[in-house]
Amino acid sequence: MIPQRAGSSVYRVDGKDKVTGAARYAIDIKVPGMLHGHVVRSTRAHAKIVSIDVEEALSRPGVAAVVTGNDLTGLFPRFGHIIADHPILALDRVRYYGEPVALVVARTPYEAADAADDVRVHYEDLPVVITPEEALADGAPLLHETSYDSGDRSFAEARSEVGARTNVAHMAVLEWGDVEAGLREAAVVVESTVQFPMHYAYAMEPYNAIASFDNGMLEVISTAQHPFQVRDDLARIFSLPLNSVRVRSPLIGGGYGSKSYTKVEPLAAVAAWATGRPVRVALDVEGSIHTTRADSATIHVRSGFDADGRILAREFDILFNTGAYADNGPLVLTKCVHRCFGPYRIPNLRVRGRAVYTNTVPSSSYRGFGAPQGSFAGETNLDRAADILGIDPAQLRRINLVRPGEKHIPKRRGMDADLVADLDIVTSKLGWRNKPTAGRGIGFACSASDAGAFPLSTATVRILADGSVLVLTGSTEMGQGSKTALAQIAATELGVPLEKVQVVQSDTATTPYERTTGASRTTTLTGLAVQRACCDALSKMEEIAADVSGCRIEEVKTAEGVVAGPDFEYRFDQLVAEWFGGRQGEIVGHGVVRRAGDLEELPPFWEIGMVGVEVAVDEETGLVNVEHLVTVGDVGYAINPSLVEGQDLGAATQGLGGALFEQLIYDGPQLVNPNVVDYRVPRMKDMPRRISSVIVERQDGVGPYGAKGGGEGSLNPIAAAVAAAVARATGVWPDRLPLTAETVWGLIRADRQLPSDTNEVDDA
Amino acid sequence: MSTVTIDTFVNGQRVTRQVAPRMTLAEFLRDDLGLTGTKVSCEMQVCGACTVLIDDMPVSACTYLAADADSRRITTVEGLAHSDELHPIQAAFVENFAIQCGFCTPGFVMMTAALLRENPAPTAEEVAEYMDGNICRCTGYKPILSAVLDAAERLRGTE
Repeated sequence: MIPQRAGSSVYRVDGKDKVTGAARYAIDIKVPGMLHGHVVRSTRAHAKIVSIDVEEALSRPGVAAVVTGNDLTGLFPRFGHIIADHPILALDRVRYYGEPVALVVARTPYEAADAADDVRVHYEDLPVVITPEEALADGAPLLHETSYDSGDRSFAEARSEVGARTNVAHMAVLEWGDVEAGLREAAVVVESTVQFPMHYAYAMEPYNAIASFDNGMLEVISTAQHPFQVRDDLARIFSLPLNSVRVRSPLIGGGYGSKSYTKVEPLAAVAAWATGRPVRVALDVEGSIHTTRADSATIHVRSGFDADGRILAREFDILFNTGAYADNGPLVLTKCVHRCFGPYRIPNLRVRGRAVYTNTVPSSSYRGFGAPQGSFAGETNLDRAADILGIDPAQLRRINLVRPGEKHIPKRRGMDADLVADLDIVTSKLGWRNKPTAGRGIGFACSASDAGAFPLSTATVRILADGSVLVLTGSTEMGQGSKTALAQIAATELGVPLEKVQVVQSDTATTPYERTTGASRTTTLTGLAVQRACCDALSKMEEIAADVSGCRIEEVKTAEGVVAGPDFEYRFDQLVAEWFGGRQGEIVGHGVVRRAGDLEELPPFWEIGMVGVEVAVDEETGLVNVEHLVTVGDVGYAINPSLVEGQDLGAATQGLGGALFEQLIYDGPQLVNPNVVDYRVPRMKDMPRRISSVIVERQDGVGPYGAKGGGEGSLNPIAAAVAAAVARATGVWPDRLPLTAETVWGLIRADRQLPSDTNEVDDA
Repeated sequence: MSTVTIDTFVNGQRVTRQVAPRMTLAEFLRDDLGLTGTKVSCEMQVCGACTVLIDDMPVSACTYLAADADSRRITTVEGLAHSDELHPIQAAFVENFAIQCGFCTPGFVMMTAALLRENPAPTAEEVAEYMDGNICRCTGYKPILSAVLDAAERLRGTE
């Protein structure tokens, strides 16, 4: 392997800037003449807006404007890439506590925040529904009385007709075989129900955006993961052609899906439109929590097995609390429907999922995208079945896992991974066959996600007159390391040193189209586009060499940055100079990835989650400590192994946070913990005592060099693994998360029929 | 509006400014001085992203008033290295892959500087105890722990 090329753990190309403070994030950028917007948020969960009194706020020092829903006349006042149901500012009604009602725009953030206190909103309360059960009850208030169409065919899988108006935002069904017959034939039917809480991604850079209008062009700098999707929403709002909206995403301070699709950009844009000045809207963490969270879920599972443990049928019923607006909820639900039952041979399957509107913060994407909710339900159900069947849970999985090439969902790509081999790595690292000590438990779980989203990526490679290379991509660097991995791919393809390659990302006016940065797709799909763009550039170089030297193109070969023919050798800079004359010009290659050829079959790849933990549970306090974490990164080929390990451990750690600590809590109509003091994320002292991170490379992916995506996999099944480990340590099966000390203590007390309303020490 | 005069040394340079009494140190550094390496996240002193050194002690710049920095020495991430070369702590973070999105990184780097000044040879447990007030949402911490231990070794090697 050549150092710095694909396959080696080169240091991050953005590392130096990030350790010196030189790295620029959206929040670090200033635009001359910029004003500051402060969001006035609803203090009701569901109410009609009777009136908004802005006069007093307008009279405060420094205030340039107070924008409300009433000011949006002439604009398309909503956004939403699947269902355009989300008002930029509440129009006539608020649907959740914390919804933006007005935006105060002033010279300084202080002046905007001070004046925001003087905006008076008069409400007329409406009945409130916080849970899906309340929202689906007879006589529940309808959150949305009209339907909205976004008109985008590419989200068709997440669109459905729900019939008469209800609070069901989206319904998804997946079905084959005859589930009732399968369950009738079964020797054992195992039924379980789990509760998965609301999560907050806590990307450390809160949502922010700057918008300005310049010569008819709307320019936005924001924290968006998918600048092209945001561009499309903004173009619709202002009836602008796509070439007149420019969205740029500099480095992003964490995303994990929470910055996918449109968030605060329309607020900044309407403020810029109303004032004629550049406007920044920068939220704090509380505002960010009131912008997006992840779906909570109640999932009911029934699985039937024959006496040997073969799955005969599985049935899932999924209920998502998707909040006041759809955002990406329909797609997250659809993914959960496809991910909950696991990569097993299931002859008869029925999954029904419903995402329900409630008067809570809108939910959207978060790392794993429905898989964490689904795996927690499906995998714990399988473990309970193993207990009942008297079959080792690893063996039960081995019996049922699909083999390489085999399809576990009809008409989808066959399995591009060796799941049994991956599972064996986990169980052997954990010492599964050894009898654990008292108070210890081992758990493991697996998942396969239909990842990669839709295969649509483009990239441009420019070989400049001095032989240096620009790679242009609309894919966003949010920490995952795409700037580094894509540079490695280009260096490998072109045969140039890594330091000659610059990767420029995410500017809708200058970088070529990228659908999204998510679904673990960048290395695989953007990587392919970069690879193809390099090939295109090299074939142009070879054509030029043939032309300049007068030889046939077949006689020209390129290797290690040198274009050679029968009697010549050119470095890239020499050839560009020869062609254009002098030290000027450039050769441009373009690469396109679309749903064709190898990528005709969906998904582009299966993202594997294969993890295990050993936990220690303190019987007295219920405290769970993770003694050993095992992750398997089945990524086909690791372009940069250290970055892959970083993704696996990062994903697993977020998963452990969800399993052990994290949940947003509604008590009545509002969140009680919308901050990082009360919403507890993992800290350094929570690190597993031992970590085994294994990378598996079988070059079985469709991406460059056989790569396929990682980054979500090690999060997806981890809650199930932790729950199983806690169950094996305590003898009690948890049915809800997070497994805080209090929850586990309560489970143990209930199981032993001990009073749980007192923590007095028994003096016997 | 009333203002307060502060006279400080920031990264070794004397800085005298009029600031609003309610201005935080983070706002002063980022907005007035353009030192945007210091990041603001939780604004509640639990995430550590805004950690800077005041007279060599780590503080959360998000909740420390600029006015209180009068006559004190402030060191930010921009002032850690004394040349174009990375400071050994910074090099250790790069080379141990202790960075992903990088938003928490300046805070961790400054907290490491404070730790290693107090304790040049910390154990892993001591590092975790000291760093428990810094949140990283990307890495899972292990690479950061490795970077801190590596930085300690590098710094001991230079003495």
